[in-house]
Amino acid sequence: MGFIRRNQRRERATVRHVIIIGSGPAGYTAAIYAARANLEPLVVASSVEAGGDLMNTTEVENFPGFPDGIQGPDLMAKMQAQAERFGAQVLYDDVVSLELDGPVKKVTLGSGKVEEAVSVIYATGSAYRKLGLEGEDRLSGRGVSWCATCDGFFFRDRTIAVVGGGDSAMEEANFLTKFASKVYIIHRKDTLRASKIMQERAFANPKIEFIWNSAVDEILGEDAVNGVRLRSTVDDTLRELPLDGLFVAIGNDPRTHLVHDKLQLTDQGTIWVDGRSSRTSIEGVFAAGDVIDPTYRQAITAAGSGTVAALDVEHFLAARGEAGEPAVAESPIEGLPDAAVV
Amino acid sequence: MTAKATTSATFEQDVLQADGPVLVDFWAEWCGPCRMVAPVLDEIQNENSGKITILKLNVDENPDLAMKYQITSIPAMKVFQGGEVKTTIIGAKPKYALEQDLAPFIG
Repeated sequence: MGFIRRNQRRERATVRHVIIIGSGPAGYTAAIYAARANLEPLVVASSVEAGGDLMNTTEVENFPGFPDGIQGPDLMAKMQAQAERFGAQVLYDDVVSLELDGPVKKVTLGSGKVEEAVSVIYATGSAYRKLGLEGEDRLSGRGVSWCATCDGFFFRDRTIAVVGGGDSAMEEANFLTKFASKVYIIHRKDTLRASKIMQERAFANPKIEFIWNSAVDEILGEDAVNGVRLRSTVDDTLRELPLDGLFVAIGNDPRTHLVHDKLQLTDQGTIWVDGRSSRTSIEGVFAAGDVIDPTYRQAITAAGSGTVAALDVEHFLAARGEAGEPAVAESPIEGLPDAAVV
Repeated sequence: MTAKATTSATFEQDVLQADGPVLVDFWAEWCGPCRMVAPVLDEIQNENSGKITILKLNVDENPDLAMKYQITSIPAMKVFQGGEVKTTIIGAKPKYALEQDLAPFIG
């Protein structure tokens, strides 16, 4: 343990080198690099979403180094093990608030505990985008779902639809045909943005039928989904489609709700970073992964982004004379003023 | 302590006839969020042992009950009292959020 101790009046509070918020590919890769640089990172991994989005995927076929593919949860377990091997500490808790101004950043956790560090890597990823329709929340868990791998099982021999035109929509639709008798893919346009291989799989699947140029106007059903009203994006005509379930895969929004009033954001809603670096608008605060990326949002790009953030933190700490050797010893140092450690 | 399991055979006695509130966690082995929320529910159980009973119900092994209670998304946590569903919580949530949802029973 080589945390910088502040002073005894603060109940042996430790100010860490770096706290990493998030445990997807960006967070864990940042943790691997930071841990190997002896920065003893604390990873706040979340209590119920640790591992991030890949925990809810099945086969990952495009992560380099796994020619036969790897299950999403297995990949995340390996990343975590690799970070822990070099001394990263993983905490299954949630951040409820942040104080980012000033030289010591304060991270308040769901348990009530406050962790402090001179730098923070914010890697909270993104959250499923909602359609923004009235029935969506009311019927969530009653036929409306955002997680095919969690909920597909309950739609055996039923008719369902997936909304969206990207890779995740194609993947969900293909997965859901294991259970459902029929899977519609509802898409606003007449072309998909999904990758070629995912498109071809969907086109070749006899249980999948595409409904082009259509948007969901209303989710129908009182206590459970019984259909949707579709609006043509070409001529605004309406029609109803009977369904037992609706899976929403229209993309993700960066998860910035804890920092949107603290850090500068871009027009796309991602956290602004300085050029190709991970430096945000506040000194000592770095961001990585989907939360800064409106474009690529792949496990491997997030991992690369986490690397950038960890290297930027190393540089930041070195410039303040804090990198390399952990600065101070085990026991609290009597009367060490705060200014001396930051 | 890990939450005990209930099944179709024991549901009537374990849940519907129980004296106090019973939270039934509808889950499955293949559901990642279910595995994440399980230890959180165990903690809540341990801290509120006199107030609420938390039982796990495997939807793979008890599809009749999953169908009866119209489960289409898991984890689904239903609090039963006097044989009726009083509260339904869908999806894995952090402990503090679950405690808020369960405040009427454990508050």
